[in-house]
Amino acid sequence: MTDAAASTAIEHHHADAEGARLGMWLFLLSEIFLFGGLFLVYSVYRFKNPADFHAGAAEMSRFLGTLNTVVLLTSSLTMALSIAAIQRANRSLSSWMLGFTIALSLVFLVNKYFEWTAHIGRGIYPNSHYLLSQPKGTILFFGLYYTMTGLHGVHVLVGALVLTVMLVLVRKRVVDSKSYVLLENSGLYWHLVDIIWIFLFPLFYLIT
Amino acid sequence: MNHESAEAHVTPYRTYVYVWISLVVLTGVTVTVASLNLGLASILVALAIAGTKSTIVLAQFMHLKNERGVFKILIPLAVLILVVFIGLTFTDVAFR
Amino acid sequence: MTEGGASAGVHSGASFLDEKGRRTGIFAWILSSDHKRIGILYLFSVLTFFFAGIVLGFVMRLKMLVAGPGIISAQTYNELFTFHGVIMIFLVVIPAVPTIFGNFFLPLHIGARDVSFPVLNLMSWYLYITGAVLALVSLVTGGGGIDTGWTFYAPYSLRTHANVPLAVFAVFILGMSSVLTGLNFITTTHRLRAPGMTWFRMPLFVWGVYATAWVQVIATPVIAITLVLVLIERIFGVGVFDPAKGGDPILYQHLFWIYSHPAVYIMILPAMGVISEIIPVFSRRNIFGYKAVAFSSMAIASVGSLVWGHHMFVSGESYTANWIFSLFTFLVAIPSAIKVFNWLATMYGGSIRLEAPMLYALAFIFLFSIGGLTGVIQGSLAANVHLHDTYWIVGHFHYVIFGGMGFGMFGAMHYWFPKMFGRMYNKRLAPWAFVLELVGFNVFYFALLVLGWQGMPRRYYDYLPEFHALQVVATVGSWVLVAGLALMFANLLHSVFKGPKAPANPWGGSTLEWQVSSPPPTENFEKIPVITQGPYHFEEAGQV
Repeated sequence: MTDAAASTAIEHHHADAEGARLGMWLFLLSEIFLFGGLFLVYSVYRFKNPADFHAGAAEMSRFLGTLNTVVLLTSSLTMALSIAAIQRANRSLSSWMLGFTIALSLVFLVNKYFEWTAHIGRGIYPNSHYLLSQPKGTILFFGLYYTMTGLHGVHVLVGALVLTVMLVLVRKRVVDSKSYVLLENSGLYWHLVDIIWIFLFPLFYLIT
Repeated sequence: MNHESAEAHVTPYRTYVYVWISLVVLTGVTVTVASLNLGLASILVALAIAGTKSTIVLAQFMHLKNERGVFKILIPLAVLILVVFIGLTFTDVAFR
Repeated sequence: MTEGGASAGVHSGASFLDEKGRRTGIFAWILSSDHKRIGILYLFSVLTFFFAGIVLGFVMRLKMLVAGPGIISAQTYNELFTFHGVIMIFLVVIPAVPTIFGNFFLPLHIGARDVSFPVLNLMSWYLYITGAVLALVSLVTGGGGIDTGWTFYAPYSLRTHANVPLAVFAVFILGMSSVLTGLNFITTTHRLRAPGMTWFRMPLFVWGVYATAWVQVIATPVIAITLVLVLIERIFGVGVFDPAKGGDPILYQHLFWIYSHPAVYIMILPAMGVISEIIPVFSRRNIFGYKAVAFSSMAIASVGSLVWGHHMFVSGESYTANWIFSLFTFLVAIPSAIKVFNWLATMYGGSIRLEAPMLYALAFIFLFSIGGLTGVIQGSLAANVHLHDTYWIVGHFHYVIFGGMGFGMFGAMHYWFPKMFGRMYNKRLAPWAFVLELVGFNVFYFALLVLGWQGMPRRYYDYLPEFHALQVVATVGSWVLVAGLALMFANLLHSVFKGPKAPANPWGGSTLEWQVSSPPPTENFEKIPVITQGPYHFEEAGQV
C-alpha cells in the first residue's frame, strides 16, 4: 500500500519528496554501474599485469592523492552541513557551506590538473612515444588512470555546476526549509562522487 | 504541500563533524597500511577500508540509516551484482 | 463489468487526444508531459524506425537471392546488416513496448494520473530522438556508414574508417533515454499505486515493465561505458581493447554482452506482460498462477543477467566460463517455460475468442517457444561450435525477438488500439494480415534455421551453391511477411482516423484502463479508484 504522502501527492499533483529521492538513488545506481564497468576492466588488467600495475602506482604522487581524498571528504562534510542548515531554515549557513563545497571541488580539480600535467610533462599520456615503449601492463595502467580519473573529474565538474545552481536557488529561496529535495538530491550525487574517489584512491595510489 | 516523511529526521551538525573525523582517520589508516607492503592482503585491506568509508558516507551523509527499506537495499544489491559481473568475467580471465 | 469498488468515471471529460491546453498544434504534443501523449510520440517514432529497419532487411534479402555481388557490393552489405541491427535493436525492439505501452498504460494500470517524473519522461523521448538522429547522421558523415555489425566488436571497431565514434555516441544517448525511463517506471510503481493496490493486485503487464525497468537501470550503463571506452580508444588510443597495447578484445565482448544479453530481456519481458493481459481476457478466465508469472518476470531478469558468456563460447573464452554460462543459459529457460505453462493453463477450460489480439498472443507462444528451444540447443557447448555465427543464430533470435516481442507488440497494438484512439480497427481484415505475417515469418525464418544447421555463415554476402534454394525460399517468405505487415499497418493507420468509434471496454477487460473512456481523459481518472481485489476477475456470475 503506498503511504499517505504518496497518495496525497497523487491526488493533489504535488511533489513527492520521497519519490524524488528514490528516483535520485536509482540514478546513482546507474552511475555505480557506469563506473562499475571500469572497475571490472581495472580488475581484469590488474590480474593480468600485477607487477606493472604495482610499478604504475609507485609513479603516482601519494601526497596529492591523499590530499585530494581529504579535500573530497571535507566537501562531503560541508555538503551535509549545507542540507542540515537548510532544514533548520539557516539560509546563510547553508549558502556558506555550499560555497565551501564548490570551492573544495575546484581545489580537487586544480590538484588533478597539476597531477596530469606533471605526468604529461614526463611523456606519460595515451599513445605517447614513451608510454608505448613501456610494458603492456604499464600502458594499460595509465590508460585506465586517465580514463577513470578523467571520467570522475567530469563528474566533479558537473557536480560543481549543479551545486552552483543550487546555491542560486538557496539564495533565491526556491530551495528552503519546506522544500529542499533538490538540494538533498544534489547532495546525494555529490556524496557518490566522493565515494567513487574513495575507491579510485587506493586502486591507483596505494596498492602495491 | 511537500511531504518530507522519512526525511523529517534532522541530524545534529556535530554528528557530521564526527563522521568526517572518522573518515579522515580511516584515510590515514589506509595510507599507512599501504606502505607496509602486505602483498596480496594489501588489496583486500585497502578495499575493506574503502568499503567501510563508503558505508559511513552512505549511512550518515546520505541518510540511508533514516530511510525506509527499499532505499537500503539498493547499494548492497548493486555491490552484489557488480561482484557477480566481475566474478563471472574472472571465470574466463583466470582460467584461460 | 466495472471494477468492484472503483469509483472511476467512465464518462469523464474530453479525451486526451483533444484536450486543449496552453499550447496548440504540434507543440501540444512535443512539449506535453502527459504520459499518454508521450506514448503516442514514441509510437510514431518507433514505428518509423521499424519501417526503416524492415526496408533494410528487405533489401538484404533481395541481394541474397543471388550469391556474390548482386544488387549491392560487399561493403554496402556490411553496412546494411549493421544498420538493420542498430536500428532494430536500439531504436525499435528495446524501447518499443516499454516506451509506447508502458508509458501509456503503467499509470492507468496502477490507478495513477501519470508517472512519477512526467517532465523527465518527455526528456527521455527527446534523448531517443537525438540518439536516432545522430545514428542517421553517422551514416553520411565522417567515414560513412558503420560496417562493424551492431555489436561493434574490437579491434575492428577501433580500426575501421567508418564513423564509429558518432554511431557509438548515438547509442550512448539512446542508453541514457532507457535509463531514465527505467528509473521513472520503478519510482512510479513504488510510489503511485492507488490505495488498495498491493503488489500482488497489480496487472501482470506492470510486473513485466517493472522487472524490465530494473534491467534498464542496471545493465544499460555497462554498455554506455563500454562504448565510451571505444570512443576514447579511437580518439586517444588508451589501449583498453587493443591487443597491440595489452588490451583484451574478449574483455570488450564481456562488457558488451553484460548489457546486450539482459537487453533481450528488456525486449521480451514487457511483451510477455502483454500476453499475460491478453490471454485472460480472451479466455474469460483469471490468470493461472499469478504469483508464479509475477516472480518469473523477476527471475528472468535476474538469471538472464548471468548468461552473457554464451555469446562467446567460441571466441576464446575459458572452458570453465563456457560450462558455467551454459548451465545458467539452461536455467533461464525455466522461468520462461513457467510463463508458457501458466498461459496455457489459463486457456484450459476457458471460453476462447479468436480476436486479433488473441491470435497474436497464441502466435507469440508458438514462435517464442521455437525461438526459446533453439536457444537452449545453441546454449549447449558442443552444438554451439557448429552453430555459432551461422544462420541458425539469426533464425533463433528472429524467432524470439520478432516472433516473440514483435508479435507481442502487434498483439498489444490491436488489444489497446481502441483504448488509445477511441476507434476500432477493421476486424475482418486483421486476421488476414495476421495469417500472411505468420506464414511469411515461418517460411522465412525456419529456412534460416535449416540453412544455419547446414553451415551457412551469417553476415556473409556470398554463399555456396548448395544454399541457394533455401535462400530463395527465405526471401520469398520475407515478401509474404512484408505483405502481411503492410496490410496490418494500413489497417491500423486507416482506422486511427476513420475506424468506427470504440466503447470504453470492447473486450470485456477487467484491468483499470477499461474502466475509463476510450480514449482516456487527460487526468485518467475522475477520482483515483480504491482497489479491493486482484486485476483479473472473469469467473464471477453474470460474466459475459
